[in-house]
Amino acid sequence: MSKIEKLSTKQKEAKTKCVHTIALAGNPNVGKSTIFNNLTGMNQHTGNWTGKTVANATGYFEYRGETYKIVDIPGTYSIMSHSEEEEIARNYICFGNPDSTIVVVDATSLERNLNLVLQITEITDNLIVCVNLLDEAKKKKITIDLEKLSKILKVPVVGVTARNKKTLNSLLKVMRNACEGKEKINQIYQIQYQEKIEKAIEQVKQIINKQYKIQEKLARWISIKVLDGEEHILKEIEKQLQIQLINNTEIDKVKKEVLKALEKEGIYQEELKERIVATIVKDAEEIGKKVCKFEKEDYANRDRKIDKILTSKKYGIPIMIVFLLLIFWITIVGANYPSQFLFSVFGSIQEKLIEFATYIHCPEWLSNMLILGVYQTLTWVISVMLPPMAIFFPLFTILEDLGYLPRIAFNMDGFFKKACCSGKQMITMCMGFGCNSCGVTGCRIIDSPRERLIAILTNNFVPCNGRFPFLITIATIFIAGTIGGIGASIVSTIAVIFVIILGIIMTLVISKILSKTILKGMPSSFVLELPPYRKPQFLKVLVRSIFDRTIFILGRAIAVAAPAGLVIWLFANIGIQGESLLTIIANFLDPLANLMGLDGYILTAFILGIPANEIVLPIILMCYMQGTSLVNMEDTFVIGEILRQNGWTILTAINVMLFTLFHFPCATTLLTIKKETGSWKWSAISFLIPTVCGIVLCMLTTLVYHVFCL
Amino acid sequence: MKEKTVNELKLGEIGIVNNIIGEEGIKRRLLDLGLIEGTNIKPVLVSPSGDPRAFEFRGSLIAIRKEDAKNIKIK
Repeated sequence: MSKIEKLSTKQKEAKTKCVHTIALAGNPNVGKSTIFNNLTGMNQHTGNWTGKTVANATGYFEYRGETYKIVDIPGTYSIMSHSEEEEIARNYICFGNPDSTIVVVDATSLERNLNLVLQITEITDNLIVCVNLLDEAKKKKITIDLEKLSKILKVPVVGVTARNKKTLNSLLKVMRNACEGKEKINQIYQIQYQEKIEKAIEQVKQIINKQYKIQEKLARWISIKVLDGEEHILKEIEKQLQIQLINNTEIDKVKKEVLKALEKEGIYQEELKERIVATIVKDAEEIGKKVCKFEKEDYANRDRKIDKILTSKKYGIPIMIVFLLLIFWITIVGANYPSQFLFSVFGSIQEKLIEFATYIHCPEWLSNMLILGVYQTLTWVISVMLPPMAIFFPLFTILEDLGYLPRIAFNMDGFFKKACCSGKQMITMCMGFGCNSCGVTGCRIIDSPRERLIAILTNNFVPCNGRFPFLITIATIFIAGTIGGIGASIVSTIAVIFVIILGIIMTLVISKILSKTILKGMPSSFVLELPPYRKPQFLKVLVRSIFDRTIFILGRAIAVAAPAGLVIWLFANIGIQGESLLTIIANFLDPLANLMGLDGYILTAFILGIPANEIVLPIILMCYMQGTSLVNMEDTFVIGEILRQNGWTILTAINVMLFTLFHFPCATTLLTIKKETGSWKWSAISFLIPTVCGIVLCMLTTLVYHVFCL
Repeated sequence: MKEKTVNELKLGEIGIVNNIIGEEGIKRRLLDLGLIEGTNIKPVLVSPSGDPRAFEFRGSLIAIRKEDAKNIKIK
C-alpha cells in the first residue's frame, strides 16, 4: 500500500511542478506505449488493451531537474478521418498545445508511417520524429539515413530501440532542447499540392486571415479542411477556436468560387479530397525512397513463411486450437498448486481469527458471520481466481506481443462475417476464456459500435476460467465416470471440448440473431493490419498483464465477494421454523428447476454464485451437506458420491453443464459491461440472453430425455 | 469492358491500383494506409475460409474482405 501512496503523492507533486508538455503520436503497433512506459517508469496504468490506447494516457517524469508531462494519444494511421481515435489524436495535437509532439514511427515500414508525420507537419512546427524498432529493421537489413530524413523534413529525428531504455537518452536530449526552443527550426517541410489546389488554399486562407487572427500554419490547415468539406472537423475547429467557418458568408462565397474554378480544371470536390491524400502519400513514398535502403528486397520473407503455415487452409485453424488448448491446459493444471497453497494459508489465518474471536469474547454469531461468511468467501474467491488469471493473462499477452492475435482474427473472420460481425470478436472470445470481464473490456478493439456491442453481449457464451474446473469436475464424475480407466480422461476432455464448441456455436447464432433484431446492420468493413512478428518482451508482459488485468479484475471481484459472503452466510444460517432461508428459496425454485432437470439447490447456488462462478459448486455441496459455510473438497470421487446421493443423474449433470455455460454473467462482468457500454440496460440484456438460452435448452434436454428414456 | 479488381489477382500476382470506389469510410481508410493510384498491391495470404485475403502494399500486410476488395480497381 505504502508504495502506491508514495507514487501517487509523487505524481501529485509532479503535476504541480510540471513545466513542459509532450504529446506522443504514431501509428498503431509502433511501440508508443513502450516509450511511454519507459519514460514514466511504468508508474502509469496505461489502460492498454490488446494494442490499443483508447483514450489519452497521461504520465509524468523528470529529466535534468525539469518535470515533463507526457500524453500518449491513440495510435492512428491518419488524423484526417472521423473515427473516435483519430478525433482524439487530432484534437490533442491541434488544440492541446503541447510544447512538442513526438511522432513515433516504425523503422520497418517507414514509408507508411511518414504519411502520419507529414499530416502532422501540416498542423504544428514543434515535432520530433522518433524512429523506433531500429533493431527489427536491422534484422531485416533495412538501413535508414536519419540525418537525411532530418534534413528533408527539417525537424529533429532520433533513432531508438524503445525496449532498450538506454537508447531513449538521445530522445530525451532532443526533447529537452525542443521544449526550451534550442532546436532551431527554420522552415519545416511543407507539403506542396498541385498548383491549382495551392492557389485555392491560398484564397481561402486570405479570407480566414482577414477575419481571424490565427497562426499562419493553422490557417493553412483550416483552409484545406474548408475546401475538402469535412464538416465534423470544421465543427470541432469552430468549437475549439471560437470561430465560425460553416455558414460564414464570406468564406462560403470564396469557397464556392474556388471550387467552381477547380471544377473547370476538372477537379471536383470529391476528387480534391483524394488528390490531397494522394499528394501526402506520394510525398511520403518519395521521402521513404530517399532515406531507406533495403539490402534484401524480400525482407518480409520469414514472416510470410510463418504466415503461410499459421493461416493455411489445412493447418491454420487446428494450430490455433492447439495453441489455445495448450494455454488453457497450462492454466488449469498450473493454477492448482498456487490455489492449494493460498487455501492453506488463508485457512490457517482463519483458524487464528477464530481463536482470536473466542479470546476477545466476540459473540459467536458475529464471529461466524464475519469469519465463516465474509472472510471465507472473500479468500475463497481470491484463492480460486488469482492463480489462473496470473497464469492465463501473461500467456495470452505473449501471444498478443508475438503478433499472433490478428492472425486469429484473420483466420476466423469468414465465420464471423456470416454472423454479421467481425473476426476481431474471436480475439475477445479468446480473452473471455480467461475471464469474461476482460473479454468485455477487450471488445474495445472492435471499431464498429454495433459489432462491439454484439461482442460484449455474447462474450459470456464462452466459459471463463471460473467455470472450466466446474465443467471438468462434472464431466469427470458423470460422463467419464461410467467408463473408468484411461478412457475416462479422454472422454471427459472430449465432453469439455464439446461444451466449448457449443459455446462458440451459440456465440455465432446469438450474434446473428442480434444483428437481425435489436442490433440491425450489415457487417462493417474489416481492414486489419497483420503486423510483423516480434519477439515478446517477457518482463513487460508479466508486469502489464498482472497489473493491468489480473489485479484490476480481482479488485472488482473482491468488491462483490465480501458482501456476497455475508448474504450466503445469512441465507444458510437464518431460518424460519427450523428451515434455513436457503432451503426456503430452494423449495420455491424447485418447480422451475425440475422442469429444467435440476433441483432447487442447484439454481439457488447459481444465483448466490453471482459474485464468482467458482463458488457455485461449494455452495451446492454446502446445501447438500446441511452445512453453514462453503465446503472445499478435492476428491472428485467423494463429490460424486454426495451428488449421486442427492439424486443427480446423467441428465442432471448434462443440464448443470449446459446451465454453467449458459447463464447470467458474474457480477464483475455485469459491472464491466455497464462501464463499457455506459448503461445498465445492456448489462440487463446480457443477463437475460444467456439465462433464457440456458433455461430453454435445459428444458429441452429434459423433455427429450423423458420422452426417450421413460 | 469490366474493370479488373484486386479480387481477380491470384496469390503473389502484383497489381497496380487505379482507383477505389464505394462507401466513403472504407475508401478513406484504405487511402490512409497508402492505397492510392499507382500503388503496387499483391495478395499474399488467404484465410482458411477463403475470405478475407491479406494484401501486401507499401511494406505492410493488410487483411481486406472480398466485398471491400471488389471496390479496389486495378489497371
